Amino acid sequence: MSWRLWVPLFAFAAFVGLAAYQLTQPKDDFVQSGMVGQPLPYFDLPPAMDGVEGVKSGTFADGEPRLLNIWASWCLPCIAEAPQLESLEQQGAKIVGIAIRDRPEDVAGFLAQHGNPYTHIGRDDLSEVQLAIGSSGVPETFVIDGQGVIRYQHIGDIRARDVPILLDELEKAR
Amino acid sequence: MTRPALAAFCLAFAMPLAAQQTMPPAPFAYRQLEDPAQEAAAQELMETLRCLKCQSQSIADSDAPMAGDMRHQVRIRVAAGESPDEIRSWLIQRYGDYVSYKPAVSATTWPLFAIPLLLIAVAGAILLRRFRKRA
Repeated sequence: MSWRLWVPLFAFAAFVGLAAYQLTQPKDDFVQSGMVGQPLPYFDLPPAMDGVEGVKSGTFADGEPRLLNIWASWCLPCIAEAPQLESLEQQGAKIVGIAIRDRPEDVAGFLAQHGNPYTHIGRDDLSEVQLAIGSSGVPETFVIDGQGVIRYQHIGDIRARDVPILLDELEKAR
Repeated sequence: MTRPALAAFCLAFAMPLAAQQTMPPAPFAYRQLEDPAQEAAAQELMETLRCLKCQSQSIADSDAPMAGDMRHQVRIRVAAGESPDEIRSWLIQRYGDYVSYKPAVSATTWPLFAIPLLLIAVAGAILLRRFRKRA
């Protein structure tokens, strides 16, 4: 029997092996934003509650790098990251918040309970800004440089180990 | 975990989701456009865009609030005269090819289109040789 008869079987086995290997690899569910490196699109959001300032794309163009935190009072991981945002603020980070699909009273309740690290909080009821900057969930945190260009994206809640990374990215955006 | 504890655990996670749903949906999340041709174009596009929250559904199929907000974006953009292709590339620019279910030939996907053609060509060549031998 010719060895060539075995070639299709080996080719098939190699294909099955490749597929089995790929299927058992952990899947990365994070959708990275394609807007990193791009300027923030124009937007102008009203305040998310009484007594805070709303958020405009112009808020970011004053030469000072900032964190842009996409969050919501109904989001559980946002409670988990609240202490880390507090610690970032204490270490000098300026943090701008955008509340997604949220009510002013819920926003106020959340901040009363978990602290308010924000200089501005915008209200995005239609996820418009979220979609415009390529964020696919809450919470997400972007580093915006002083010219309003998106420099870095952190997906998911901020853990203690992410704090120095974000401070470093802010420094790099200076 | 005991059953009551499990129930309490599930409830703790269900509450914020319930709160997320208490906000009214975006105006055009569930409302069709007046113009049937525009609505048809929007619908066709929505069926080929991936919901980012529930990653195996299209935004037309999903009831996730974020999918509703994406449908709103698609409809108002179609109503404003943007073409479906422009809206698709607007989203691809932000979320990558991943957001689109419509296959496109690109630097990474060309083998998917080329390999079947190659296999057909190889099969054709083998058959041709065999028939020639017989004849």
